[in-house]
Amino acid sequence: MAYITVTDLSLGYESHVIVKNLDFSVNKGDYLCIVGENGSGKTTLMKTLLHLREPMSGQIVTGDGLKRNEIGYLPQQTEVQKDFPASVYEIVLSGCQGRLGLRPFYSSEEKKLARENMERMGIAGLEKRSYRTLSGGQQQRVLLARALCATRKVLLLDEPVAGLDPVVTMQMYDLIEELNREGITIIMISHDIEAAAKYASHILHIGDKIFFGTRKEYLEGEMGRLFANKREGGERNNG
Amino acid sequence: MDKLFLYLQFPFVRYALIVGVLIALCSSLLGVTLVLKRFSYIGDGLSHVAFGAMAIASVLNFTNEMVLILPITVLCAVLLLRTGKNAKIKGDAAIAMISVGALAFGYLLMNIFSTSSNLTGDVCSTLFGSTSILTLTKEEVWLCIVLSVTVLLIFVLFYNKIFAVTFDEDFSNATGTRANAYNLMLAVVIAVIIVLAMNLVGSLLISALVIFPALSAMRLFNNFKSVTVFSAIFSVICAFLGIVISILAGTPVGSTIVAVDVAGFIICCAAGMITGGAAR
Ligand SMILES: Nc1ncnc2c1ncn2[C@@H]1O[C@H](COP(=O)(O)OP(=O)(O)OP(=O)(O)O)[C@@H](O)[C@H]1O
Ligand SMILES: [Mg+2]
Repeated sequence: MAYITVTDLSLGYESHVIVKNLDFSVNKGDYLCIVGENGSGKTTLMKTLLHLREPMSGQIVTGDGLKRNEIGYLPQQTEVQKDFPASVYEIVLSGCQGRLGLRPFYSSEEKKLARENMERMGIAGLEKRSYRTLSGGQQQRVLLARALCATRKVLLLDEPVAGLDPVVTMQMYDLIEELNREGITIIMISHDIEAAAKYASHILHIGDKIFFGTRKEYLEGEMGRLFANKREGGERNNG
Repeated sequence: MDKLFLYLQFPFVRYALIVGVLIALCSSLLGVTLVLKRFSYIGDGLSHVAFGAMAIASVLNFTNEMVLILPITVLCAVLLLRTGKNAKIKGDAAIAMISVGALAFGYLLMNIFSTSSNLTGDVCSTLFGSTSILTLTKEEVWLCIVLSVTVLLIFVLFYNKIFAVTFDEDFSNATGTRANAYNLMLAVVIAVIIVLAMNLVGSLLISALVIFPALSAMRLFNNFKSVTVFSAIFSVICAFLGIVISILAGTPVGSTIVAVDVAGFIICCAAGMITGGAAR
């Protein structure tokens, strides 16, 4: 059984349907990239997967031992207010909140986990810094470390590289790839089809046409050919 | 000084200090969350609701006005905080609407039905805080202590959850924290504090007790724990000084406390600018 199985899902707001008849599944160890135009419903889909909103119809079933609250999440734009006083450590530690249950305070194990994840994301030195004074790339790392505290299984990333410079973008992709190699299942929204084609194992394209399949199927299919043409064109222009 | 010690002999002065400090403590703790959630004005709105409820209670000749005031205020708090996010009427507008509406109705009711000869005086003292903090009975003091300790306990026990939900509600929901339950809890606690605080500073000045400590702390510190702790200390000191000054100088209690808060805020701003404060 797959981690997440989506059958005949429709998404929308009030009575307005955005996406219809979505079918796909995510298995342990997959790296799924969700691509599509602005406003095609990618973020809406992710929020539905996280049970932050109800689907209009259809089903989302989690299986293979994945519990509903074992999904880590990196939101699209961090809607954190500009003047929120919070240190990096406090934010990363709050990733452990799902483990708390009714216990009021974090255990030393959870604190250790938070420190380990900060180390992994290369932000150990920023521990006491205020989140609001960090650069975009550093902020993304903090939120990724927080997400890692919440899960060892599935990470949902909504445009993790938006607004980052090329170098930091590459670092971010490398980090994510490494996490995937360590066995964490990745579901990532991206506008960067090139990166999707490079890193993903599966691709879900939503929009007027819906496509779901492995990367190979995608590249060999209609949309992939379009993409390949575009890339060749781009290279020719550059050269 | 001698005068102060002399006054401290009177139980009503001690009661006023205890109650004042406790209320200041509670409202500052929640103030941090409210300010960060962009609900600074909720104190104001709810206190007007409480004022309206008080008017209804006095028209209906309730002996114990709390029986009516508390439930109505709690209800409004729940409605405001819950619908804050996806309501047709946005948070601040909803608060303004309820606030002004309740205030107008309260005054209207009092005007039509009141038998008091000094109506303006009554209304004025409800709005700006009366001397009722100096006429507290022992039972009222105990009630206040019990409620404050409860609020304090709730805050300490749920501190981590409150931080998480304030910082990022979606993430909390996604990882299994029931953010709405905590919002509901906050709403109830806020309503209780506001009804308590009305005795102290009156409904118009409650926002000050909620906002000033949080804003002052945010000038100086940049992590949540320090901000929370400092705003509690700030609020307690200001309330204490305010009450002492008002007793010694014979000024109105509520306004004096708020004046001290403002002064404290200015000091914190200056200190923040000199040390670089929260910019680090
Ligand atoms: N709260 C809302 N109420 C009503 N409609 C909404 C709401 N949020 C989003 N929408 C609409 O739903 C559609 C899909 O939005 P969504 O945010 O899922 O797009 P997206 O694929 O993530 O776009 P982007 O690439 O810009 O992030 C859009 O047309 C948007 O206008
Ligand atoms: Mg989006």
